[in-house]
Amino acid sequence: MSQPTPETQESAVPALPGRWERFLDSYLLYSFKRDVIAQLSLLVFIALVAIAVFAPWLAPMNPYDLAQIDILASELPPFWIDGSDPAYWLGTDAQGRDMLSTILYGARVSLVIGFGAVALQAILGVSFGLMAGYLGGRVDAFLMRLADIQLSFSTLMVAIIVGALVKAVFGGAAFSTYAVPLLVIIIGLAEWPQYARTVRASVLAEKSKEYVDAARVMGLRSRRIMFRHVLPNTLSPIFVISTVQIANAIISEAALSFLGLGMPETHPSLGSLIKAGFDYIQSGSWWITLIPGAVLVVLVLSINLLGDWLRDVMNPRLYKG
Amino acid sequence: MALLEVNQLDVRFALRKGDVHALRDINFTLERGERLGIVGESGAGKSVAAFSLLNLIAQPGFIAGGEINFEGKTLNTMSERGLRKVRGNRISMIFQDPMMTLNPVLSIGAQMVESLKAHRRISTRRARAIALEKLRQVQIPSPETRLDQYPHELSGGMRQRIIIAVALLLDPDIIIADEPTTALDVTIQAEIMSLLLNLCEEHNVGLILITHDLGVVSQVTQRMLVMYAGRVIEQGPTREIINDPQHPYTQGLINALPQMATPGEKLNQIRGSMPSLSNLPGGCAFHPRCDFIKRADGRTRPACVEQVPGFVSSGNCRVACHMVAEMQEDRRLKEEESS
Amino acid sequence: MNAPAQKIPATDTTDTLLEIRDLEKRFSLTGDFLEQLKFKGGKLVRHQEHVHAINGVSLDIRRGEALCVVGESGCGKSTVARTVMGLLSPSAGEIRYDGTRIDNMSTRQLLSYRRRMQMIFQNPYASLNPRMTIQQTLEEPVRLHHPDWNRQQVVDQVERVMASVGIDPDWGKRFGHEFSGGQRQRIAIARALAVDPEFIVADEPISALDVSIQAQVLNLLTDAQQERGLTYLFITHDLAVVEHFGTRVAVMYLGTVCEVAETATLFANPRHPYTQALLSAIPRLDDDGPDHIRLDGEVPTPVNLPTGCVFHGRCPYANQRCREEVPTLQTLNDGVRVACHAVEEGRLPG
Repeated sequence: MSQPTPETQESAVPALPGRWERFLDSYLLYSFKRDVIAQLSLLVFIALVAIAVFAPWLAPMNPYDLAQIDILASELPPFWIDGSDPAYWLGTDAQGRDMLSTILYGARVSLVIGFGAVALQAILGVSFGLMAGYLGGRVDAFLMRLADIQLSFSTLMVAIIVGALVKAVFGGAAFSTYAVPLLVIIIGLAEWPQYARTVRASVLAEKSKEYVDAARVMGLRSRRIMFRHVLPNTLSPIFVISTVQIANAIISEAALSFLGLGMPETHPSLGSLIKAGFDYIQSGSWWITLIPGAVLVVLVLSINLLGDWLRDVMNPRLYKG
Repeated sequence: MALLEVNQLDVRFALRKGDVHALRDINFTLERGERLGIVGESGAGKSVAAFSLLNLIAQPGFIAGGEINFEGKTLNTMSERGLRKVRGNRISMIFQDPMMTLNPVLSIGAQMVESLKAHRRISTRRARAIALEKLRQVQIPSPETRLDQYPHELSGGMRQRIIIAVALLLDPDIIIADEPTTALDVTIQAEIMSLLLNLCEEHNVGLILITHDLGVVSQVTQRMLVMYAGRVIEQGPTREIINDPQHPYTQGLINALPQMATPGEKLNQIRGSMPSLSNLPGGCAFHPRCDFIKRADGRTRPACVEQVPGFVSSGNCRVACHMVAEMQEDRRLKEEESS
Repeated sequence: MNAPAQKIPATDTTDTLLEIRDLEKRFSLTGDFLEQLKFKGGKLVRHQEHVHAINGVSLDIRRGEALCVVGESGCGKSTVARTVMGLLSPSAGEIRYDGTRIDNMSTRQLLSYRRRMQMIFQNPYASLNPRMTIQQTLEEPVRLHHPDWNRQQVVDQVERVMASVGIDPDWGKRFGHEFSGGQRQRIAIARALAVDPEFIVADEPISALDVSIQAQVLNLLTDAQQERGLTYLFITHDLAVVEHFGTRVAVMYLGTVCEVAETATLFANPRHPYTQALLSAIPRLDDDGPDHIRLDGEVPTPVNLPTGCVFHGRCPYANQRCREEVPTLQTLNDGVRVACHAVEEGRLPG
């Protein structure tokens, strides 16, 4: 038997394609090519991310630089309305900051907080969910009760508690200075249970499969089985939930900022821009709040639509190669 | 005219890389009260054949050609409404998984009454009486209490009996059974099979039995089709095929059974595995696994590699194999010479 | 129930590789302690329910043989396999490998035994990690059990094992889903053989495969046995396979062993009424109509076990004694071991 006999050699397998060919041939790309909505959403999302990333080079002025602000030019309308100033394409806000620039910088802040918070959520949620699902028993019971407790605190409650603590201990100025990392921590802490639950459910499904038994029979330690065998097979639901969570985190941040618990107006995110403009709706300067609002909606919508498409593609029950 | 007649059935699946031929050139007939087995390994297309008979193949599959005639009416061009009158009523189906037919939230009785009333104008009481009678026919212990039970309260064997009762409910002409006992244990399987056999004989119901189990086919059916890679490769009376298979694949399949080998010796395996339908080899689809593509003088028969074999008759059977055709031709020539 | 296992004299260990003594395994149906508390008649009582998957199974597996365990679904045959491999811990009883008790060992202590005993699983579609290439899958056990080997030694070992099961070395860079069921099962067998074990537990290794592929895989297992002197514990529901493959056969019903015999003896002369029914139910090619022994009723649930012989409810020969007293395995004069009162009393031909 040391020599493979011709009967046992099977050659029904086609030649091995490279990584790139495999991607070109994948169902992911195929369904993307046929889904116009997914294509549009990706386009919009990439465009928004690009302008946010390149905001310092794209924006006509730096809204953080007090020297560039002209208080006399406050509340100018966008270009299509009479009384606009061609220098301020989307008008200016109550402090005379260029709307286009503040939106570009604001989207940048929103996206940074959104991605940062989701990264934190994912680290916490994936490791807790993996442990709960794979180890089971008491660990599972403890972690899942912890998740229940965490979920019973709304994001708002966490924000109020953390905000109050930071302001009490370090003073109000500290909160404004470290608002971005603080918001990442707040939103990350408040919403990890979503990840933990999703991961736990798919770990339970994977754990009952025979390749996990095979790894145990081999003598591998639990940690290696969890990270080398189980985790890579739960990535699809993690991807899907990540898109939803990024959209949620961006909205959470906007909501907190709107309530004054988030980004200060000197360093505005899309949420704090909406809040800042809200007081001026009555006086007719609707654009200060509506334009950043529209950008927020488009951003979140594009992420959600992408997430929907990804869920359809990656759902193994719908997936038929 | 036969009760059911399938002519040149051609089923395809519209996939992203183009159409895949799932079935080609399927021809068979079923007389009233006849039992026909369709045998093949997974991927041979036997279930697709069963589903396409009632035009039940799901997207992206479709019947691309041929006809299915039932009592002279063509089923594959019939309207959905007309088909509903045939399905479940004149032709019923039994699936491998009973839960495909049974609704978990309705009691057995309610489901049976519902399907009776869907096809016949009768009172609920009368329908219940018929349901009870059918449950008796499938030899379920205490049938009265079963009517009010739910599917999950019954064991696998009991559920499969219920399914047979449901299939018999409207006194169909044909039952199509797709791997009806594969999920069951051997002792239960044997009972269910003999029950199905007896009921079909008693009520003169035609049976199309789809299975991978040659033992079951040889015990239950009168005629059989052997399928490979979407085609029928051999068809004829069951006993003749089992006792003297002509096609190399059928021979290999029968010889590979553990009971055909001497204990302790190696089994007679067929090398390789069935090609996927989207990537069929040219010529005879079986040729890469066939031991007979070489002639006695060591040369490969070119026809096996180049040409799809047509059917030749051998006894009462029809075989799609170049080797069999060639051997027949040789024999004929020899006879001519000697005479 | 049975005598404590410690008192059983050590059997001839030169011959016996694996000893299973009075093995029991229960699975709780009622969850943890808090969920078991129930109010009954105004009082708080603890209510527990168990599935009795195996109830006192004793088996010896001799070096170099293939012991087949057959039975219908739910008879506990897979639970025996998984308990032997340490995937489940027994509720009672002992498992000895080469004379050493292994059922109470820690993962670390077991590691040296993992090299000697390996397992092949039923479902080739689930037993390969979909995110690992074949090369990675096969290298993992080799690296784990030979941490001192260098890269070349590992690669050589993987190449050797691939060749021995008829896998093209080019498959290494591919993933499991690119292969057919039979090819995957070949890979799974290669993984088990990669650490050069002496004992293999095969849990229904061919029941998910097509007939023509079953023969290929069975032949491969036979080859491996002859070449490496392997010992098998082969779990299956398919008696036709047993007849071909097994040196000895153990028939299980509802968590107990009802008959153990040499394969040829069992097929020529089945003693236990259940074995007889099981054999007669195999669909054969050569007979025209199903003519099998009918068993009344169905397998009882393993939650509430029947009293006496577990088979008495379906047995045509059952009497009062069968309903009350649990039969134990008795050795007959031709070496067959049967647990049946009727056989013991001579009420049955045997």
